[in-house]
Amino acid sequence: MTVHTPHPDLPPPTLSVGVLGWLRSNLFSSPLHTLLSLFAIYLVYLTVPPIISWVFLDSTWVGDTREACSGTTGACWVFVKVRMNQFMYGFFPESEYWRINLAFGLLIVLAIPLFIKKFQHKGKLAIFILVFYPIITFQLFSGGNFGLTPVETSKWGGLSLTLILAGVGIVASLPIGIVLALGRRSEMPIVRSVCVVFIEFWRGVPLITVLFMSSVMLPLFLPEGTNFDKLLRAMIGIALFQSAYMAEVVRGGLAAIPKGQYEAAEALGLSYWKSMGLIILPQALKLVIPGIVNTFIALFKDTTLVLIIGLFDLLAIIQQAFADPDWLGFSIEGYVFAASIFWIFCFSMSRYSMALEKKLHTGHAR
Amino acid sequence: MADELRNVPVPAKPALWRRPAVRSLVFQILLVAGIGFFGYTIFQNTLHNLEQRGISTGFGFLENEAGFGILMTLIPFDETYTYGRTFLVGLLNTLLVASLGIFFATIIGFIMGVARLSRNWIISRLATIYIEVFRNIPLLLQIMFWYFAVLRPLPGPRQSLIFNDTLFLSNRGLYMPSPVYEQGFWLVVVALAVAIVASIMIIRWAHKRQEATGEQFHSVYASIGLIVGLPLLAFFMMGMPLSWDFPVLQRFNMAGGMVVIPELAALLVALSIYTGAFIAEAVRSGILAVSHGQTEAARALGLRPGPTLRLVIIPQALRVIIPQLTSQYLNLTKNSSLATAIGYPDLVAVFAGTTLNQTGQAVEVIAMTMAVYLAISLTISLFMNWYNKRIQLVER
Repeated sequence: MTVHTPHPDLPPPTLSVGVLGWLRSNLFSSPLHTLLSLFAIYLVYLTVPPIISWVFLDSTWVGDTREACSGTTGACWVFVKVRMNQFMYGFFPESEYWRINLAFGLLIVLAIPLFIKKFQHKGKLAIFILVFYPIITFQLFSGGNFGLTPVETSKWGGLSLTLILAGVGIVASLPIGIVLALGRRSEMPIVRSVCVVFIEFWRGVPLITVLFMSSVMLPLFLPEGTNFDKLLRAMIGIALFQSAYMAEVVRGGLAAIPKGQYEAAEALGLSYWKSMGLIILPQALKLVIPGIVNTFIALFKDTTLVLIIGLFDLLAIIQQAFADPDWLGFSIEGYVFAASIFWIFCFSMSRYSMALEKKLHTGHAR
Repeated sequence: MADELRNVPVPAKPALWRRPAVRSLVFQILLVAGIGFFGYTIFQNTLHNLEQRGISTGFGFLENEAGFGILMTLIPFDETYTYGRTFLVGLLNTLLVASLGIFFATIIGFIMGVARLSRNWIISRLATIYIEVFRNIPLLLQIMFWYFAVLRPLPGPRQSLIFNDTLFLSNRGLYMPSPVYEQGFWLVVVALAVAIVASIMIIRWAHKRQEATGEQFHSVYASIGLIVGLPLLAFFMMGMPLSWDFPVLQRFNMAGGMVVIPELAALLVALSIYTGAFIAEAVRSGILAVSHGQTEAARALGLRPGPTLRLVIIPQALRVIIPQLTSQYLNLTKNSSLATAIGYPDLVAVFAGTTLNQTGQAVEVIAMTMAVYLAISLTISLFMNWYNKRIQLVER
């Protein structure tokens, strides 16, 4: 008896597998796509090689003076290198740099356990970071106590100032935002309308006018003789502005909690604050962590606006470095450097928020 | 049993301070009192401080002569005009840059949002790179980059980059031909208006007829034909009453034509690119929000890809896109105030900047500026809410 053996399968057409197949389905699937792909490839050819050679191949990295860069067509990173300390620490006295390093080092060390799954006391640690760490950092920055030399806020600057502004913004705006969001959902009509007006007012005006207001009008509002720091005024402006946005994010989370949760909390006989603090807010905040991170990204980018009222954040200090007569004409390098620092921070935060969104997707979202 | 029940003591009424109604009343009274006291203190302090500095309050300063010039004005302005006029000039400049920015950002955003979802690998990669790069760099940095690093270092007018003898790009701005309307051009405008009204009527009629009889009418082609054809007809009938005023290079500068000053160009480029990246994300999320089943259902009903997109996908995607689009338009308008960093004479730069510094009327000036932005915000969001409702009605 002969056993029927099926004819072996023919290999798939060479045009549908491998590199050729991939090219065909992803780049040249139709005449229109072919045209688009060719155009895009041409565009990449026009832009990418010059950029790479400007940034890496033709650029100058070594040297301390302007002369090191003469004769090259690429970027002059020496400019950035020479001024690196200023870009990072502003006008902080050089002997005191360790204080800034210590403050940010401490933050990193404190924050690491938050990302370790097995660590038990995340809540306590987070409270420590939000409440006590700012005090420590403030002491380190301004000095005056514990034998540290005082440093005026006008000397703060560079990336460290940017990070401080962003940090203060988030730490101050989150609690204010939560209170506003609760107020906006309150059953008391006056409380609700006050919160609505407050939120809509800050969301309706540009941050610049808020900063102008804090620098021009705030001194008028206060009793005569009280005069406080320009930096502090900017911080108040940023915190109030951002808290309105934070309130809207938190409100979204509160609205997403099913009504049964509110009713269950009430049925248990919990008071308003207990039911909010123990039942509703933990769930709502967890839902909106990605939104909070996104607000934080916006806040981080918005800190650059303090340049307009004369504070020296990272962008402002780079901008003023262009005016140095020894280093005229290196603005592109400066901007690219600033942009890449901001980009690294913002991009990693947005990726983190996306990852969180995936991780926290526990079925509440509807 | 019944007796026992009857003997259960009626729970005593809660004490006064435990009743929710009383509590909330007291709390709200306290809140009002607190806000009132706060406002009163601020008011008193401000009055006192202003008096100390010898600044008179009120809006009388708006009538005074400004005494400074403005780089770019849409309405006639020179040093002899009033401070009130500076407010108007700044406001118009803000509206100009905001509306142009919204226009370009929407185009860029929609193209990039669709491109990011394209099946074409390289196109979607490029769109992704565009979005991720420009979304994560502060807008102020981008504005300053375009202004200080790109447009300002351009060669002077004599060495302008010339495109086709009509566009001249130099560090004084982009010069281009300006249209000169001659006698009889009014008819073209009238024709355009008539065509637009007529096409709206045709579309309505076609819609009604299709609902009633199912017969289709190519109202799109008809209205395009009307809107293009009628003005063109009028244009030729009146003997082409339009000429162009070309910019000409003179000894030191350009003459004639119209100019986009570098401040405006930098602001516009940065605003459109930055906001475009956000709009692209909104568009992408809107399209992704329409489930694939909708496409399949439409195809199963026998709709071709074009109508599927037009009648099924886009109306549903718009419902997700519009709210996000609104907030991006608002952001763009508010962000246009960053103009002050590069000296484009917008409302904040002219009014809350120069005028404030010259008059010292901080409270009035800042209040007016904020009121303008609040009014713009409220208007745009009201309009968008109305539009949103209209779109929502598509749901059956």
